[in-house]
Amino acid sequence: MDRMPAWADAVLVPLFSIVLAAILSAGVILAIGENPVEAFRLMVDGALMRSSGWGYTLYYTTNFIFTGLCVAVAFHARMFNIGGEGQAMIGGLGVALVCLFIPWPHWSIALVFATLAAGAFGAAWAWIPAYLQAKRGSHIVITTIMFNFIAAAVLNYVLVNVLRPAGAQDPATARFPEAVHLPTFQDMFSTAETAMFRGSPANVTFFIAILACVAVWLLIWRTRLGYEIRAFGHSETAVRYAGISPVRITVLAMLISGGLAGLMAINTTMGEAERLVMNATEGAGFIGIAVALMGRSHPVGVFLAALLFGFLYQGGAELALWTNIPRELITVIQALVILFTGALDNMVRMPLERVFLAFRKEGAR
Amino acid sequence: MTFMTKTLGTVAALALSAGAALADPALIYDLGGKFDKSFNEAAYNGAERWAQETGGSYRDIEIQSEAQREQALRRFAEAGFNPIVTTGFAIADILGQVALDYPDTKFVNVDGFLPEVPDNVLLINFQEHQGSYLVGMLAAMASETDTVGFIGGMDIPLIRHFGCGYAQGAKAANPDIEIIANMTGTTPTAWNDPVKGSELAKAQISQGADVIYAAAGGTGIGVLQTAADEDILSIGVDSNQNYLHPGQVLTSMLKRVDVAVHDAMAAGTDLETGKYMTLGLAEEGVGYALDEHNEALITDEMKAAVDEARQQIIDGELNVVSYYENDSCPALNF
Repeated sequence: MDRMPAWADAVLVPLFSIVLAAILSAGVILAIGENPVEAFRLMVDGALMRSSGWGYTLYYTTNFIFTGLCVAVAFHARMFNIGGEGQAMIGGLGVALVCLFIPWPHWSIALVFATLAAGAFGAAWAWIPAYLQAKRGSHIVITTIMFNFIAAAVLNYVLVNVLRPAGAQDPATARFPEAVHLPTFQDMFSTAETAMFRGSPANVTFFIAILACVAVWLLIWRTRLGYEIRAFGHSETAVRYAGISPVRITVLAMLISGGLAGLMAINTTMGEAERLVMNATEGAGFIGIAVALMGRSHPVGVFLAALLFGFLYQGGAELALWTNIPRELITVIQALVILFTGALDNMVRMPLERVFLAFRKEGAR
Repeated sequence: MTFMTKTLGTVAALALSAGAALADPALIYDLGGKFDKSFNEAAYNGAERWAQETGGSYRDIEIQSEAQREQALRRFAEAGFNPIVTTGFAIADILGQVALDYPDTKFVNVDGFLPEVPDNVLLINFQEHQGSYLVGMLAAMASETDTVGFIGGMDIPLIRHFGCGYAQGAKAANPDIEIIANMTGTTPTAWNDPVKGSELAKAQISQGADVIYAAAGGTGIGVLQTAADEDILSIGVDSNQNYLHPGQVLTSMLKRVDVAVHDAMAAGTDLETGKYMTLGLAEEGVGYALDEHNEALITDEMKAAVDEARQQIIDGELNVVSYYENDSCPALNF
């Protein structure tokens, strides 16, 4: 055994990374003349101490769960899908079409079909890069990132020229009808006396995200397809030898991945904005990469990492509201966390592993 | 120690403003950010001018994501800020809804559109096509190659509206003028991409343009820089940008967001709401900038022609077609 125990890998490494990132962020805040302790208190207070703060934290978390799972599924097949952004945008288009043009009697039915549409549109957008990768060997990283820009252009064209209500300046669709508005946490958990989650955008989609986590776990570790995906990720030649078609696995994994990214659009488009806006994804597709890396591509890890990033987003908003810390710096703090948990993973892992191995040798003697 | 006192001071001020703000105004910038040297910065300048004149204070926020629009509106309204001034059309829709929950707070939006205006909301619109018409005339008259350029930010109707007025003005001054129009992009990053702006300017110069109008927020900085480097003329937008490259910026299309923000804050809680306010040439809400940095570029002849057109537009003798009328432009295809 030359590895550290799994629990240390899953818990200690991310924890050390976060602490390192936090220390560095504190230094940056000090350097511009603000108080890091006060800033941290504001973030915790704004994101976790009030139910409306939780409402925002969980709203962002929902987005990051979907995009994190999207990247994670592709990772298992050793593919780097950085097109979550574009797939979510096109998923939003699916949601908007379903919500605008079909008169739904009740939100629950609309939600089912909007979910299907979001997944289908997102998957369709991922299908083209997947096909190109499988059949032509065009690298998935290049094609998916290019498809982000194509998706933005498509969405812009559709919003400006087709779906924009007459007279409006905003490139966005009309509001969805009242019947398809999803119940928010405020609607679900408020009692007559106390309003919970007041004004916050977290909605029923959060539970779909949790279901998606369970479904991805079942898929990857409990189905034949999941086994094939993992096997393909470990060795393409072995898979070929075992009679599994690499083309089929590549395409299927990317379809699932794109579909998961598309599902994010239910949260932003149907749950929050209640119309499709140009900028609905705002980088969640890229945050998903960090979430998947940090979560070790495991649904539980993805959920926890998404929660952390949700906290960072909402806490960052609180900082922007009540301090003079410029928003660029808030981005720096978020980037530091991504840097440490994603890119500099080995910096923490290797020394930690050495410590564990040293201890083990002591014990063996 | 100074650091500690400063922090404590900030915290104390924060506690005060968050607890019982005596109707301080608040300002919410659009996604482009506060210091874009253009639209949002104009709003910031107006607020700063108000703060200096009255000694009052205000709180502002540069939002980072779509969901923060509603959040910032609600948190400011709950903390007692009044009026709450917002810039950019994108916030208008949610503002229309949030305003209903806080009937005692007054909300202002610059550039927005709402089918029904709530009683406590004031929507301020500018007749950008009129101002753009005037700078279009100036551009055509200053051009020696009979080719002028237009570089827009994100390709949305509002920016086409700018370009359309510009093209009509250029055609009016010189019917043979050729107008090259480009948009920087289709995502919100197009508002803040000076490098792309610079590339587009170079491309237009290679096609013969010798005056380029940038209506692109922060992206325009790159356009103006490249125009100055390549020794052609440029036209700034929103704020007076003549000073950025003295003698090389022909003029700037002024959109007096600063005046609108200043006046809204000055009116405070007495602000008249529940309506649209349209600021055009007559109200001096839009216009062209003439100062010591560009007076050598604008000849008396040019000035006379533009001032005549300005008067004609105000008197209603000259109609500049708005892009919004039927989502198309008589003088330019985008």
